[in-house]
Amino acid sequence: MSLYRKAAIAGIGATEFSKESGRSELQLSVEAVRHALADCGLTAADVDGFTTFTMDTSSEIAVARELGCGELRFFSRINYGGGAACATVQQAAMAVATGVADCVVAYRGFNERSESRFGQVSLAAATQVNTNGLDNAWSYPMGLGTPAATVAMQATRYMHEYGATSEDFGRVAVADRRHAATNPNAFFYGKPITLEDHQASRMIVDPLHLLDCCQESDGAVALVIVSAERARDLAQKPAYISAAAQGSGVDQYVMTSYYRDDIGIPEMGVVGRELWRQSGLGPDDMQMAILYDHFTPYVLMQLEELGFCGRGEAPGFIADGAIELGGKLPINTHGGQLGEAYIHGMNGIAEGVRQIRNTSVNPVPNVEHVLVTAGTGVPTSGIVLSV
Amino acid sequence: MTAGVIRPMIGRDSRFFWEGTQVGELRIQKCNACGAKRFPPGPACQSCEAYDRGYDVAAGTGTVFSYVVHRYPPVPGKELPIVIALVDLDEGVRMVGEVVDVSDDEIEVGMRLRVDWNRIDDELTLPIWRKA
Ligand SMILES: [Zn+2]
Repeated sequence: MSLYRKAAIAGIGATEFSKESGRSELQLSVEAVRHALADCGLTAADVDGFTTFTMDTSSEIAVARELGCGELRFFSRINYGGGAACATVQQAAMAVATGVADCVVAYRGFNERSESRFGQVSLAAATQVNTNGLDNAWSYPMGLGTPAATVAMQATRYMHEYGATSEDFGRVAVADRRHAATNPNAFFYGKPITLEDHQASRMIVDPLHLLDCCQESDGAVALVIVSAERARDLAQKPAYISAAAQGSGVDQYVMTSYYRDDIGIPEMGVVGRELWRQSGLGPDDMQMAILYDHFTPYVLMQLEELGFCGRGEAPGFIADGAIELGGKLPINTHGGQLGEAYIHGMNGIAEGVRQIRNTSVNPVPNVEHVLVTAGTGVPTSGIVLSV
Repeated sequence: MTAGVIRPMIGRDSRFFWEGTQVGELRIQKCNACGAKRFPPGPACQSCEAYDRGYDVAAGTGTVFSYVVHRYPPVPGKELPIVIALVDLDEGVRMVGEVVDVSDDEIEVGMRLRVDWNRIDDELTLPIWRKA
């Protein structure tokens, strides 16, 4: 038994992306789910399952109550921050493929700029009463307490090992912002940047500049997942799920997997190998990719872990506009989380669906397969969407 | 500038480490069955599965494996910028440490460091690192 093309993303929905939504996180998620259901012609009465991130503040039952859903047969949550994004789709796909549920909605909604800002030092993360909190005892008290800082530690080593430069990281930001510039839903619509802008932006945590870091955003995204068979009868062209994988590496930590001989993000290698195994596809079969971009260095490392190029070769791979529209592997055609919004990777999945439907504002020609990845530096996930 | 520093969560498996910092010892967990050392500590030996564990007191010297200079946003109890390194201890384990008295343009991979102590209060002493 395999998950290959057993399920599809039938509907996508989102709120506007802003810096101050002016409403509750629960309301944002409810609005996004309504949009996603309307997108594919279903109603709340059709939904019998929900899945979201462990970090989400709105429970499945609270969302179901507001929507007026009936009985639920499936509800689940995935841990590890943004690493959960594609895993919510995996949960939903497994549920509908096995008949455990018929229609599962994955959602994520937050006021991540106007309320709880992820870019700040999180006392809650440092004091949580579980093993993650105990793990954080080895970093937060020493002053290493923001996501940017934990990534910067990996970036310094990557530069040392492979000769990568800040400009190499900057090329990711330039690509994202170029794509956001033509996306009316992007916060940075109409605001492309140059590599010089990137280099001139202030240092946040050396070696990361401000423009290496994603936004903090308010907003929500929802995805409706049904069986492949059912998806064919709904309003939109289905985005078939050719593969859906989670991955955790050896000696894994949350953002601080520093104790391996070779640090890096081998957990994304686990995801990649599993995606290629499930789908029978490989990197060369992807016309484009949505690579999780909370911080630019991890985009380079993902390209290597996923097999698009060898270890240490990403700086060469992304040179000369290769990851921009018209390049050999356009990425983050919505503008990514640096350009569109940071909705914990869920807005990237929605863009993958739009590319399969050929409704993206930045369409990539002849798309058959899109790779989408989830948060990096944490136990993570990925999916391959196909026409 | 150490008031309000983020305090470590301390549990049964890590208390020995923080008791060590109080008396100026950098304690590295060591398996009593097979001798394997590890950091961060944990209840079960990853080499031989034993639960029986003690510790060695590290020499307190190591080499910078990687580093960052944290400039923004503010970190409770710290003065910015903060130089923070991944230190490869001579005993073969790695840990995160704040590096003091080394400027942001002086820190580099391969630099030799030695441990020192930042006494926060009667209950907490943090290891810090200085140029060896
Ligand atoms: Zn042992």
